[in-house]
Amino acid sequence: MNLEKVVFAFFSILALTLNFGFFIGELDDPAHHNAYELFAALVVSLIATIMKFGDRAHIGALLLATSLVADLHLIAAAVVWGYTLYVMQIEMTPAIMGTIVSLSGGALLANLTSVLLLAVETVTFRR
Amino acid sequence: MHNVIYLLLRRMRLPLIVVIATYSISVLGLVLIPGVDDQGNPWRMDFFHAIYFVSFLGSTIGFGEIPYPFTDAQRMWTLFIIYAAVVSWLYAIGSILTLIQDSGFRRVVAFSNFARKVRHRQEPFYLVCGYGDAGSWLVRELTERGFHCVVVEKDQQKILNLQVEDLHDDVPGLCADATDASSLIAAGLKHPKCQGVIGLTGDDHYNLTVAITSKLLAPELPVICQSDSKDAADNMASFGTDQIVDPFEIFASRFAMMFHSPSMYLVYEWMTAVHNAPLTELKTPPHGTWILCGFGRFGKAVRDYLAMEHVKTLLIEADIDLTQAPKGTIEGRGTEAHTLLEADVKEVAGVIAGTDNDSNNLSILITARDLNPQLFTVGRQNFRSNDAIFRAARIDLTMQPATITAQHILSMLLAPLLDDFLRIANEQDEAWANLLVSRVAGVVEEVAPETWDIEISPLQTPAVFGCLIRGQEIRLQHVCADPRDRDAMLPCVPLLLKRDGISTLLPDMDRVLRGGDQLLFCGRKEAKEQMDHVVHDHQAIDYTRTGIDRPSGSVWRWLTSRS
Repeated sequence: MNLEKVVFAFFSILALTLNFGFFIGELDDPAHHNAYELFAALVVSLIATIMKFGDRAHIGALLLATSLVADLHLIAAAVVWGYTLYVMQIEMTPAIMGTIVSLSGGALLANLTSVLLLAVETVTFRR
Repeated sequence: MHNVIYLLLRRMRLPLIVVIATYSISVLGLVLIPGVDDQGNPWRMDFFHAIYFVSFLGSTIGFGEIPYPFTDAQRMWTLFIIYAAVVSWLYAIGSILTLIQDSGFRRVVAFSNFARKVRHRQEPFYLVCGYGDAGSWLVRELTERGFHCVVVEKDQQKILNLQVEDLHDDVPGLCADATDASSLIAAGLKHPKCQGVIGLTGDDHYNLTVAITSKLLAPELPVICQSDSKDAADNMASFGTDQIVDPFEIFASRFAMMFHSPSMYLVYEWMTAVHNAPLTELKTPPHGTWILCGFGRFGKAVRDYLAMEHVKTLLIEADIDLTQAPKGTIEGRGTEAHTLLEADVKEVAGVIAGTDNDSNNLSILITARDLNPQLFTVGRQNFRSNDAIFRAARIDLTMQPATITAQHILSMLLAPLLDDFLRIANEQDEAWANLLVSRVAGVVEEVAPETWDIEISPLQTPAVFGCLIRGQEIRLQHVCADPRDRDAMLPCVPLLLKRDGISTLLPDMDRVLRGGDQLLFCGRKEAKEQMDHVVHDHQAIDYTRTGIDRPSGSVWRWLTSRS
């Protein structure tokens, strides 16, 4: 067993599950989507990205790309949230919540691809 | 470059994770810990303000407690953040600095910089392996003449020398083993502009590997290598090495030439002389018995060639068994008076100090001259750094292997026909050489002649070729005439004409030229420049051909055609 692989897979899958946890629920209902969960998803996604740094294999480059896409989506979602509350200074509306959650949905797709790629790599890996 | 980025990213993994983890834990703590707002109501910090607070705290800027003054619980947590953030940043920055100073990382950076520089070369260049005495000399001379070079050298110190040397051109140098194929490829072995590979590493085995690698990876590239022994030379030749330069062989043959035809020796010396070198004067070595100290590769070559001239040599060698010196060899280093006296130093014509140790060589020559001031002294100087002391010792003839090698390679690169010329010239007699020496001496002044070659082709000599296409007859004298006054000849001597593989020595001035002819000249530098003008300029060639200076502008041409 390779500890590096365990940690790597752990963060990749955790990023996916946290992202999914934030995404699930009524799309535009603020009560269904927790800010802490978005924060956790973003942090884990960033760490997963850095884990993928410096891998020279082709699949490593693909993994890095999917992670970067997920980061971009989640950061965009967080910025929209913060902008609404503190710059525009209005209450959260269903329309804005919808935007935030659909952005995180994009990140979810990227994270899913990432985990699928990881699975493909594991399956093709032969001892 | 990719290597560098990957290495950087790989090494930065852990430090970046530590920074992100510290930040996220700090932010989370701030958001979770309850506080009070300015009215005393319970209040919790939100993510936006928490990230803002941690960001300025982590970078030690510190704008204060915002948006409301902190409770003691929040302050306690802030205390933790201060130390954690500073330590994680120190760790991350320290890792970057360590990485930058890491010798492995710097090597990778130097290598990728070098490879990029070579890859982007637009001009033709030569790949020189080895930047020792011979290599540095050759690179200097080549860059002075407008050629470009790329250097691969194993010794870091010599690469530093290359960087501080005041050369006319930017010469990229890589500190790597030239026997490693990947470093040769990075140095441009497969680059379309690479003109040739020159192996001057000072070690036969390395040179051989360079030759093999080049011939296998880039078979069409010419390879020139130095070789100090017959075995290595044969081995290189079997791999198709185009030119093999053995400095000992060259020196020994020239030295022997001094005995039987001094003028021929001068022809050789002058034609392969350095840029702007003073003309060598003729020193004729006396006939008689010679003492030869050191029976290494140099000693063996000299002895063989002198034997062909029927010059007797007395050998002095310190290690008779190792060098397999013949019977009658006197054992000793030759630096002591008694060994030299044993070899009848007072009766012989000259002494040749040919060991591989410069101080021993000097000591031999000075001791011998003390015993017999009439001696003709020949010394082998292994290192160019000893120039000053060899000059001060006033030795009649100094043999520098590095200079001989580099000079020979340079003349082959500058004028490929020169090799042909020297080979054919060697078959001529002394009277012929005498005549040539006086002709060359008539055109040059003080400094050794330049040698150059031209080919009658649309690219190299467009003006001449244009005349030939129009059916106009071009004679050699038209090319050699002064474009300012065609009755005067340029200060140069045509040495060789090569047509359809047949070489003619010293072609006549009224020889008619044809397309594809190759010509070798020697003469003053100005002559080379003027000739370059004549063969490129239609106006100039028309003038030297017909003697009529045709106007170039359309108005003047129209006016002249009317009259």
